[in-house]
Amino acid sequence: MISDDCKYTEEHEWVKVENTEANEVLVGITDYAQDQLGDIVYLELPQTGSVVKQLDKMGEIESVKAVSDLFSPISGNVIESNSDLDDHPELVNEDPFGKGWLIRVTMTSVNELDGLMAASEYQSYIDGL
Amino acid sequence: MTDSNKRTPLYDSHLSAGARMVPFGGWDMPVQYSGIISEVESVRTKVGIFDVSHMGRLYISGPSATEFLDWMLTGSASNLRIGRARYCMICNPVGGVIDDTIFYKLEEQNYLLIPNAGNRDAVVDWFNKWNKEKFGNACNISDKTVDTGLLAVQGPDAVSLIDELFTLGDGADPSSLRLFSSGEGTWKTGPLKGKSVFMGRTGYTGEDGFELVVDKAMLTDAWGQLVNSGTVPAGLGARDVLRLEAGLPLHGHEIDEATTPIEAGLNRFVKQSGEFIGSEVLHNQIEQGTEKKLIGLHLMGRSAPRVGYPISFEGGEIGHVTSGSYSPTLDKSIAMGYVLERYSKIGQRLQIDIRGRMTDTEVVELPFYSRPRRS
Repeated sequence: MISDDCKYTEEHEWVKVENTEANEVLVGITDYAQDQLGDIVYLELPQTGSVVKQLDKMGEIESVKAVSDLFSPISGNVIESNSDLDDHPELVNEDPFGKGWLIRVTMTSVNELDGLMAASEYQSYIDGL
Repeated sequence: MTDSNKRTPLYDSHLSAGARMVPFGGWDMPVQYSGIISEVESVRTKVGIFDVSHMGRLYISGPSATEFLDWMLTGSASNLRIGRARYCMICNPVGGVIDDTIFYKLEEQNYLLIPNAGNRDAVVDWFNKWNKEKFGNACNISDKTVDTGLLAVQGPDAVSLIDELFTLGDGADPSSLRLFSSGEGTWKTGPLKGKSVFMGRTGYTGEDGFELVVDKAMLTDAWGQLVNSGTVPAGLGARDVLRLEAGLPLHGHEIDEATTPIEAGLNRFVKQSGEFIGSEVLHNQIEQGTEKKLIGLHLMGRSAPRVGYPISFEGGEIGHVTSGSYSPTLDKSIAMGYVLERYSKIGQRLQIDIRGRMTDTEVVELPFYSRPRRS
């Protein structure tokens, strides 16, 4: 399952533009990533007000078996982190493109999106893994 | 995943049940099917089934078999009754653990021993060496691992389910076998009706249940009938969480060739007297104590420590984590690890460095989880 209106990183994060004028985006991990991780039990996300930089580590995601780093698909200021995940990290497994979103960011460099994969490119990328 | 990994006869059954396969101990094994948390819950509340055919089946017989195992193992073979099983260690001369194992006394001078998958070759080599050097090759050591499969049926409903499917030779129900007892079970129904399996009332999950040694040719049918009867396939991921919750050591984590059973708190599985490989060091440690000790740790929250993470007290490192996980049954994170003996008391507060986050933790009693007594 892939969402057509997102852009993707090779680290399996997605970014979706929510408000073009305000350069506001949502960030999450893909269905492929949640499936690979298995049952997610804990997330360490950047806090509201913090700054993220494209392809830099922005947090951690833990499943029962393993820990993985989260990388920000874009640079910007974090305006919200999904607090529903504190008590319900399984939302990332159940609905990775919806209720399982991770952070909301105001982008500082919109052209960074051009360097990310479109849905079809990401599909070919994971087919090759 | 390398091509050289071995596959159990159930490889295709696992794939069709939706398993994700991973390399483990030289085998491609299912790590999970539906998901680790739901599989753990099935085993804790109903009944799960594990393909553990990757573990070894070694048969040891001959006129010196009992004497041989008394020398090789930390647990006594000579005072084990026929039809009973025992958990113990295979140690090196300095008391380090080559492997931990359950062994069954099938008849006088005839035993079945179950080593871990990754240690099977080392155990066979170690046994062959001593058989030759000390026992004049008087024992017959026969590795039947690839001729048979091993299934573990575990959970509060496991025993009643096995009763529905099997009868013992004398017509009794398998539930008449006590813990750590074994017998021949005959299928009552299905494609294997009339055929037999070897069953032992043991396991590695903290739940009641049986482990079944099944001939290779019958394994796919046996798995199919057990799954159709309601057992939920569970993988190595769930198995690791279940054994950790039950405080059971895993070789390569809590025990290894540089760690003794006494350091691991496994004193009750070590003969208190007599001579056997490693006995000098182990008996000395029982008397004198050890510098490090295995402990259980509770953490608040769901972020889990992982193997190798440092354990500290007031900023000084005093040990390390050997296994850690989020525990679905307890809904908190748990870990086992080694610390200097003086920090090992129940209630001792310590810190674990979780990737740079110093996290408070407390020493608790093992096991973390014990199954409720059934009335």
